Amino acid sequence: MSPEHPGGLTRPAAVRTRLLKVPAALLLALFQTAPSMTAAGITIKGSDTMVILNQRWAENYMEKNPGVVIQVTGGGSGTGFTALINGSTDICAASRPMKEEEFRALEKKYGSRGVEIPVAQDGVAVYLNETNPVNELTLAQIRDIYTGKITNWKSVGGRDARIILYSRENNSGTYMFFMEFVLRNKDFSPYAMSLPGTAAVANATSRDKNSIGYGGSAYAKHIKFCAVKADTDSPAIEPTEENILSGRYPVCRNLFFYTLRKPRGPLEQFISWVMGPEGQEIVAQTGYFPVKR
Amino acid sequence: MNRRWIDLFSRLFTLLTALACFSLVAGVALILGDVVLNGLKHLSWEFVSTAPKTGMTEGGIFPALFGTVFLVLLMTVAVVPLGVSTAIYLQEYAPAGSRWVKLIRMAIQNLAGVPAIVFGLFGLGFFVDFVGKGIDRFFFDGALTFGQPAILWASLTLALLTLPTVVVATEETLRVVPRSHREVAYSLGATRWQMVRRVVLPQAVNGILTGTILAVSRGAGEVAPILFTGAAYYLPYLPTHLNQQFMVLNYHVYVMATQSPDVDATLPLLYSTVLVLLMLTFALNFAAIIIRSRLRRRLKAGR
Amino acid sequence: MKPSSLSHSVSEKIIETFIHLSAAVSIVGLVLIFIFIGKESLPVFTSPEIRREASLSKIFLPQSPEPGEEKVFRWQPVSVVPKYSLLPLVVGTLKATAVALLFAIPLALAAALFTSEFAPSWLREWVKPVIELLAGIPSVVMGFFALIVMATYVQELFGLDFRLNAISAGIALGLAVVPVVYTMAEDALSAVPQSYREGSIALGATPWQTAWRVVLPAAFPGIFAACILGLGRAIGETMIVLMASGNAAVSSWSPTDPFRSLSATIAAEMGEVVRGSTHYHVLFFIGVLLFLFTFFINYLGQLFVERLRQKLSGTDK
Repeated sequence: MSPEHPGGLTRPAAVRTRLLKVPAALLLALFQTAPSMTAAGITIKGSDTMVILNQRWAENYMEKNPGVVIQVTGGGSGTGFTALINGSTDICAASRPMKEEEFRALEKKYGSRGVEIPVAQDGVAVYLNETNPVNELTLAQIRDIYTGKITNWKSVGGRDARIILYSRENNSGTYMFFMEFVLRNKDFSPYAMSLPGTAAVANATSRDKNSIGYGGSAYAKHIKFCAVKADTDSPAIEPTEENILSGRYPVCRNLFFYTLRKPRGPLEQFISWVMGPEGQEIVAQTGYFPVKR
Repeated sequence: MNRRWIDLFSRLFTLLTALACFSLVAGVALILGDVVLNGLKHLSWEFVSTAPKTGMTEGGIFPALFGTVFLVLLMTVAVVPLGVSTAIYLQEYAPAGSRWVKLIRMAIQNLAGVPAIVFGLFGLGFFVDFVGKGIDRFFFDGALTFGQPAILWASLTLALLTLPTVVVATEETLRVVPRSHREVAYSLGATRWQMVRRVVLPQAVNGILTGTILAVSRGAGEVAPILFTGAAYYLPYLPTHLNQQFMVLNYHVYVMATQSPDVDATLPLLYSTVLVLLMLTFALNFAAIIIRSRLRRRLKAGR
Repeated sequence: MKPSSLSHSVSEKIIETFIHLSAAVSIVGLVLIFIFIGKESLPVFTSPEIRREASLSKIFLPQSPEPGEEKVFRWQPVSVVPKYSLLPLVVGTLKATAVALLFAIPLALAAALFTSEFAPSWLREWVKPVIELLAGIPSVVMGFFALIVMATYVQELFGLDFRLNAISAGIALGLAVVPVVYTMAEDALSAVPQSYREGSIALGATPWQTAWRVVLPAAFPGIFAACILGLGRAIGETMIVLMASGNAAVSSWSPTDPFRSLSATIAAEMGEVVRGSTHYHVLFFIGVLLFLFTFFINYLGQLFVERLRQKLSGTDK
């Protein structure tokens, strides 16, 4: 053997044990698994609109109940429902009600149609750039803008400039809600840019002076809310807390938690805390609105 | 055309190529400068050692850093033995120029060209849905354990993605080992594996290291393959098991850049996160470049 | 060397078997990739239920959004009548790739020419790693830079309607392509034997003439391969376009419009679709397209690299 390996004769044994150790450790690790639902672990998956709210709830609740671990993931309401159906989450956070086909999938697999719990209210606001002279639009105008019929701000009393449309990815609850409620199930214009989060929409609208966006009324920085008229004769309503709580603001929705069965144990405690004064206080702090009593 | 014009044109075009070269260097400097200047403002020990708070507008990036290291370690454990032994096979065992070797080489090069997002699809379809669900069915009576996005699947997906990097770098260094060293080992009665183990591998450590470093840097940078195979938006705990999801720096950058609730509050944190990610990948790349250029010099000297 | 014990030779056998098996991993991996994404896209061809929404003709030919309306190409998978035309996505991908290559190839080739032919060696040692450092910038960072910093400047510079458009995304994409083209082209140029240059200079050519008329043609197959691999990289790149393109599925060739690429569509929609739905299978079908396309590109690239090798070694003798 080459002279620089004086210990050459004893080496192979050491190498062998070392070589064996790695796969053994891996094998052990493989079976030492973390079950997805531990006794005090709660997973919340779903709506991107709600992800901040969920995270704040989780942070506050975990601080007060050190034994509990709450895991929050976003991805969109659709993801949440899929996860609920696949059994990979305890709570599905959704910014739209469950669809019939999702109910059916759930029923087929578990024989339960799930439990729906409205946990907060959100007004879907229409965002405008702060420099935009337009302040109010009718629902019909918003629909025409987003379906691509109106392409210039001049047509709705603004500058002579092209309207830049910001929208959400098609998995989001906000997208679905907006399409069903405002567009009356018409398709979005292909020029509508899909951004991956409400914040991205708000941010883009704040930077782009001829743009329009939509999303939760919690995101209010550097943009202005467009006052919405249900039709040409009705008054223009801004998405303020008062207007949303009173139901005057026309573009308003519930935010939900869905669970597979009636919540019990730590899950039940968490949800009732969310529905209680502390949880609903966080709702208000985050910029959403408490559920109707 | 007279000689002076030709000279003038020559100078001009040479100058243009120099300009292109330096504008690229300037581009690199611009990106780095922007990230470093803005990123340093918020960078602190606290930033790298605490978890994000209040919807990523405060706090640090510790869980993402931890997840990145864990992910990349798992990936290394999977990819290095495979890549190194593939390279050993190609250089030491395979009959040179055989069709099988050509096929392997072609597969490696093609693997290197497959888009990262396709690896993501593959990780979801193969590791999560096929292998993971299969394990669940056989070992866990169908209870959801491995059949979901997890750090194990993400790291294996990345391992496949970085396999060509390790193979190519290792092969390059195996080629440098002089034939005479091998012949001496054989003449002393060594078997082929003994020769590889005692003569070739010790001299190839540099190249293996380069390959590993480059693979790690690539693995720490790629987001697309882990999008559906395990990266999480936010986790309140650190991943300690192979079937858990994880936070990771590069995905955290994506999330902060696109989904932060308050862009102004997030931007300084975002810059610092980008800076940490860049420092990580650049440190690795620099190390690889230095080791490699030393190696190349040796290669040239050897010829 | 001592005669090996029994256990010694057994472990040697195991190791050698592992070495032999591991060599097949890359082939198996490649085949598995194809099988598993292919398998999930198969229903687009076989399932009557899914073909009703997304058959090949619906994917590639124009469709009427509603009966009686004009036929158009639309990517609108979440809709009362889901539409799965890939044309807007293909247009978007090609548009961004074209911008990226127009930006990257001239720059990268000129830079490669400079480093290999004109730069003094101390400068080369210094410049080459810096440009190659671009390859070390993760694409998510490039996407971040394009989205947060570059988009604003590009919009102001050209006075564009759209802040997110194919120009700024294309440039960012180009920056990711540069190191691929640069490194390969530089290697190809450096591989041209010194004797070529010496001969040319001896005949009275200037360094530029030598580079342009002698070295460049000699290295051409390698340079072409570099461009092709750059193309492959640009088409498959995901995070940059996902972040900076605006993701609007527009069938417009204008570089000032936003666009939606094939890869970004997978990234944005895959995590959220219901398993087994039409949408899910169509996304896998897009994956197959990307896979096949880059596979072809790589094959082509390798062909040219091989040709370069033969050319240089053949004439050098």
